[in-house]
Amino acid sequence: MRRPLVGIGITELTVRIVVLAKQVPDPETPPSQFKIDELTNTVIPPNGVPPVVNGFDLNAVEAALLLRDSGADVEITVMSVGSDFAMDAMKKPLAMGADRLVLVDDSGLDNIDSAATVRVLAAAIEKDGPYDLILGGRQASDWDQAHVTLGLSEVLGLPLVSLVQKLELNGDSVSLQRVIPDGYQTITAPVPSVLTITNELGEPRYPNLRGIMQASRKKPEIYSLAVLGISSGDLAPKLELKKLYIPESNKQVELIEGEDEGDSGKKLALRLREEKLI
Amino acid sequence: MTSILLVAERDEQGEINQSTLQAIGAARGLVDAIVTISISGEAPASASALAVEKIVTLSPIGDADDGIYDQATAEISALVEATSPEVVIFSKSDFGSVVGARLAFRSDSAFAADCIEISNEDGDGVSVTRPVYGGSALAEFEVASKPAIITLRAGAYEANSETGSPSIEAFDSGVDVEQAASVTGIVAEAREGVRLEDANFVVSGGRGLGGPEPFSVLTDLANALGGAVGASRAACDAGWIDHSHQVGLTGKSVSPDVYIAVGISGASQHMAGCSSSTAIVAINKDADSNIFKEARFGIVGDWEKVLPSFLATVRELRA
Repeated sequence: MRRPLVGIGITELTVRIVVLAKQVPDPETPPSQFKIDELTNTVIPPNGVPPVVNGFDLNAVEAALLLRDSGADVEITVMSVGSDFAMDAMKKPLAMGADRLVLVDDSGLDNIDSAATVRVLAAAIEKDGPYDLILGGRQASDWDQAHVTLGLSEVLGLPLVSLVQKLELNGDSVSLQRVIPDGYQTITAPVPSVLTITNELGEPRYPNLRGIMQASRKKPEIYSLAVLGISSGDLAPKLELKKLYIPESNKQVELIEGEDEGDSGKKLALRLREEKLI
Repeated sequence: MTSILLVAERDEQGEINQSTLQAIGAARGLVDAIVTISISGEAPASASALAVEKIVTLSPIGDADDGIYDQATAEISALVEATSPEVVIFSKSDFGSVVGARLAFRSDSAFAADCIEISNEDGDGVSVTRPVYGGSALAEFEVASKPAIITLRAGAYEANSETGSPSIEAFDSGVDVEQAASVTGIVAEAREGVRLEDANFVVSGGRGLGGPEPFSVLTDLANALGGAVGASRAACDAGWIDHSHQVGLTGKSVSPDVYIAVGISGASQHMAGCSSSTAIVAINKDADSNIFKEARFGIVGDWEKVLPSFLATVRELRA
């Protein structure tokens, strides 16, 4: 069921970009509301804090939109793997300006590990593609493995550049800036390639009203595992989660209080000297 | 016997770096450990006294590949295939994060990033512990495939200071990768004063500063202490200060004597980059903010009123 390479608004010259996106618990959840069910080793969804699209993945969506802003003819497909999707969250990239949302939605995808996620994504990309660029965020804010996008490059046999903060399309290649600890590297990569995008790219844009209206009318395109020829038995974890828990903190802060805030500042310096810290 | 391949990295002087010595500490803590180190390029002379059984040298990393690591990934993958180690340990560096993740797929094996603990208590199965949810929780995993490929968080283990007399041999992988993507240049950011990662004092600002201007006050304080200026991701993403100052899970890891957090709420993602500091000092208006749960000293108050007298007193004390 491979899509035709040309269609409405899509030509042979259109650069087809897939952006990987993951639904995660809101990382801004206050620490007091972050709770774990130690029987099932899962995070208890906090009351009134809906899930969001992983923030780093929105950086990748922004990267694709910046290519469009620069005048390139791009088609942006957002792809995710999971079950129980919160559509309000998953449609945010569409509201920002992405064209399509493709979900591999299957109850067999509950709690799979990152190696299995890569396998499913690779199958979905091969079915839905071909693509010119595969973009992912630098890591997901739930398991923090930074594994999936890097692994996809291996499974798909495509070149990989990580931590990209800027990209420019030049026909059959992309010019990239890759973040290193004290600056950046310039890199040339061919098309197609797999890139991870880092937050140094800049803040993702906020959806405008028109974008939100358009997104509300779009329906996600759904793949099941069966359609991809994968059975849940193929997705056995390589890492078995044994225990998930919140570490105990036994730190006790010593609050410095002076007659006023200026006096507190002075007392703090004297206290640090007393402890031979400064 | 637990055979371990430890992928070493160098510091700026070309010597085996601290993270690698810490990884040796982690490896030596495993039951019946037989440790092989691999290193790209010729081994530095000091390596011949490391407390490991064997050192294997690989080809040096070329400038065009340094950041993409195609050749290094292929060689380490060939070495893993040839020697079948049970555990492969990388540092959680740029190199380790990329090569470790790629290697896991080439050897169809498990990958655990940023581990703070690795063990094989009964000498058999390997288990690892790693922070997840930005450091809000810890997860313990049993590794269900061989080899267990991990990256190790800096500071999780003490550097190994024992000595040994390893054999040294070159490994010829027979692979010569034709690179598809290549590094064409490096643009270094201008930096004044001490490196953030090496500083004994770090003064960091966050969202509570409200804008870019207050960073000049933080810079004055850092200069008075002979330290460096850091920032939370929120402050960097807002464009108040360059990202090279970012401390945290996705920024730099620092472990100064004193870490002064000004207007920083103390989200676990930020603390992941500074929690190994000797003392954390928090200045924040909000008494309920998480930073006071992590700090040793704190002032609940307005930084604009606290910092001038703090800075003046620091200058007097250090004059």
